[in-house]
Amino acid sequence: MEHVLSMFIQGVFTQNLALSLFLGMCTFLAVSKKVSAAFGLGIAVIVVQTITIPVNNLLYNYVLREGALAWTGVDALASLDLNFLSFITFIGVIAAIVQILEMTLDRFFPPLYNALGVFLPLITVNCAIMGGSLFMQQRDYNFGDSVLYGLFSGIGWAFAIVVLAGIREKLEYSHVPKGLRGLGVAFMTAGLLAMAFMTFSGM
Amino acid sequence: MALSEQGKKNFLEPLFKNNPVFVQILGVCSALAVTTSMKTALTMALAVTFVTAFSNIGVSVIRKIIPGSIRMIVEMTIIATLVILVDQLIKAFSYDLSKQLSVYVGLIITNCIVMGRAEAFALKNGPTDSLLDGIGNGLGYGAVLLTVAFFRELFGFGKIFGFVVLPTVQNGGWYVPNGLMVTAPAAFFLIGTIIWIIKTYNKQMQDAE
Repeated sequence: MEHVLSMFIQGVFTQNLALSLFLGMCTFLAVSKKVSAAFGLGIAVIVVQTITIPVNNLLYNYVLREGALAWTGVDALASLDLNFLSFITFIGVIAAIVQILEMTLDRFFPPLYNALGVFLPLITVNCAIMGGSLFMQQRDYNFGDSVLYGLFSGIGWAFAIVVLAGIREKLEYSHVPKGLRGLGVAFMTAGLLAMAFMTFSGM
Repeated sequence: MALSEQGKKNFLEPLFKNNPVFVQILGVCSALAVTTSMKTALTMALAVTFVTAFSNIGVSVIRKIIPGSIRMIVEMTIIATLVILVDQLIKAFSYDLSKQLSVYVGLIITNCIVMGRAEAFALKNGPTDSLLDGIGNGLGYGAVLLTVAFFRELFGFGKIFGFVVLPTVQNGGWYVPNGLMVTAPAAFFLIGTIIWIIKTYNKQMQDAE
């Protein structure tokens, strides 16, 4: 239980994908003008993250890492180190899973598809997803941890974008200097949010 | 080789007027993450320039035989191959640097600049123009990275490229390093400020939000 809790704090607050590791910034800034859109994208990220990271984890542990193919029983395969293929494998898995998810939702859950559909293509090129898988590899999570990490880091990203969208909606009514309007002030707001999230790091 | 008028435009425009980071808002993630020191920023800039230039050539050469429905996957494969190449090179020649850059080299794959230029430019233009466009965009991105990294390293550590410029208090100098500069928020503030300055002097960029 303590372990789960510490994973939660790390994924959502101290190592927040958006605000402390700067991942998924393009969509983070582009889709945070309205809370409803931000919320939809956030949910989509959580779902995709929770599926792709464990799948990539299995692939990494049983195919890619050094000596991972030992379970095949073939000597020539057991000594292989396919680590250099991890980028291309991960991105392929992500693209495929997003595509499958889109088709499944379209076929079986049309209301959900209508709500999330427009965000799914955006997710393939969202570096938060790819980054999540790469961090999983770097930190050498086991399968259980990778499920937790996928879920919590997704929640962290979703949380950050919803908060930013909420602030930006309110900002519409304030008097911002001309040159700073739009993108500039979004960066400043994100900076202040990042500062707030930094205070969690002592926990 | 003399550059044509169009070629020059393709090369120079992304450097200033149509900068990928500020104007097109592409590739911001790594621009924020690797800019704590000039050295990592320069490596990243070179890596991205290399990948953009060659993926543009690759896509442009085979643009007439790629079926429209699978072009994304084809582009992705070309880009991923180039990124693997860069990553292996950095790991082989400068292992410390690759540790510092951590996952961000791999993330060039999802860097929207590379994909965006392949989609928007290389699919419609010949290899030479695409190469120039790729280099121009890579350098435009690099210029932003180096600018941000300059301020962060100078005020955060009192150094530029690892050379001491402002002797810090810990080493018997007078400069008290600004700890905020090396943390995440400072990167947001700096880019925000640069956008503010650019937009103030470039009236046509001010959007009607």
